Amino acid sequence: MFENVTIGQYYPTNSFIHQLDPRIKILFTIVYIVMLFIINNIWGYIAAFVILIIMLVTSKIPISYTLKGLKAIIFIILITVTLNMFMTPGRVIWHWNFMQITAEGVENAISMAVRLVFLVVGTSLLTLTTSPIDLTDGLEFYLRHIPFVKNYAHELSMMMSIALRFIPTLMDETQKIMKAQKARGGQFDTGNLIDRAKAMVMILVPLFVSAFRRADELATAMEARCYRGGVGRTKMKQMILKRNDHIVLFLTVVMIVVLTATRFIPAPVLIK
Amino acid sequence: MENQPIIEVENLTFQYPTSENEEANPVVLDNISFNVKEGEFVGIIGHNGSGKSTLAKLLNAINIPTEGTVKIKGMDTKDQDSIWDIRQTAGMVFQNPDNQLVATIVEDDVAFGPENLGVPPEEIRERVDQCLETVGMSEFKRSEPNHLSGGQKQRVAIAGILAMEPECIILDEPTAMLDPNGRKEVIKTVQKLNKEKNMTILHITHYMDELINADRIIVLDKGKIKLQGKPKEVFSQVDTLKSIGLDIPVMTNLTHELNELGYDLPDDLLSIEETANAICQLK
Repeated sequence: MFENVTIGQYYPTNSFIHQLDPRIKILFTIVYIVMLFIINNIWGYIAAFVILIIMLVTSKIPISYTLKGLKAIIFIILITVTLNMFMTPGRVIWHWNFMQITAEGVENAISMAVRLVFLVVGTSLLTLTTSPIDLTDGLEFYLRHIPFVKNYAHELSMMMSIALRFIPTLMDETQKIMKAQKARGGQFDTGNLIDRAKAMVMILVPLFVSAFRRADELATAMEARCYRGGVGRTKMKQMILKRNDHIVLFLTVVMIVVLTATRFIPAPVLIK
Repeated sequence: MENQPIIEVENLTFQYPTSENEEANPVVLDNISFNVKEGEFVGIIGHNGSGKSTLAKLLNAINIPTEGTVKIKGMDTKDQDSIWDIRQTAGMVFQNPDNQLVATIVEDDVAFGPENLGVPPEEIRERVDQCLETVGMSEFKRSEPNHLSGGQKQRVAIAGILAMEPECIILDEPTAMLDPNGRKEVIKTVQKLNKEKNMTILHITHYMDELINADRIIVLDKGKIKLQGKPKEVFSQVDTLKSIGLDIPVMTNLTHELNELGYDLPDDLLSIEETANAICQLK
């Protein structure tokens, strides 16, 4: 069911990027996303493209695998492109009845599509190169510094890691329930949409009951192991910035400077 | 203080506080008293509904006695201040291996307990490696729990408790959901802990053959202690055990039935060799 979605999956290759501190990778990704919306001409896009290619190559993940993530958003890209092309006011270069395409519209459409592609590929690289547990640790570090959220940083990251821990367990459980219901004559893959939706009830109800039971038992087990929230807790794995992390931190600053600078290079007019 | 028992249970009565009217609540445990000494391997056995799992939760301060006292190393479980010390001293392993592993990586899960106790990072690392070694799971330390078998998961859970450096481990039916191989792995690990590390073990189960090597067995029935004594003494009471619906170890059952046919075998035989020898010596 989920084979085709690469967004959010982890692909271990032990590359340079995989070994970086999760905090640095999260920072780099956020900066990259922000920069994608600061660049505004062809030189900026070329620079962002080069950075993306460097990331793709150093991650050692097959490029086709990374690009599979784009399948999930192809629809969003199409809508964005269409809307931008037809709705932007400006110099008309083509019109038919009430429809018109403007030069600015084409430019906007292309730049939005490129931005979206870069954004999705860039962020999937983060999850592809960072194990979920590292990602959670990294996020916890940043949550601790956000006002209002910081009091719940530990709880939020604990929730995330427990969710990650139980996804495979609950998937197995779903399979078992489906088999059990099939053995009792349940049908999930026939009938129209409403019938199928109704059939989901016989999977979801047992799944929920079992999830609640598991939650109760897990809570007891956690208490028995002296869990009492984040206060006074230590961590076995300390996040320590290494030499490579400092290099990437420096490269992040370079990226900000270079991409901002592209705004000041005069860009050629591409559509006459 | 050498001889102070680690677990002291005195006149323990427990009712689940389900309804307002105290009289109406079912009595799960009824006036139970026993002690467990340091280094002892005690088995608690009973049929479903005999109150054995409730007893486990009382020993770990998850439930609090309705009447009577439970003391772990002298600390009363009613005392809210010592609750974490009690849980650290008497670690508990539960029945379902899936529902007690917290982390997505084996070594992170073993680290969970000591992390909660605020142990310094370097020491946690040492403890984790050592405990995984003890239960024979070192090679899986980077694995994900959902790729392990039931017996392996349960051994990880035991390592997770060991890492808190308890003085006593309470196992609440740790083998109930495992296949025969998994059961063997877990039982071996538990016996090894008792013999080599002199760990006090309280093993709750409904499989009698798991308790053949125990120092003492307590048989629970309907919230009361029905029998208590060395495995051979307990298992020889075949009729009593059968009357409360417990399965007798195969060899005990065999000698019992042979004796009913008129043979004269000792009624305390447990292992296959012992029984074979005794049968060969019959005239």
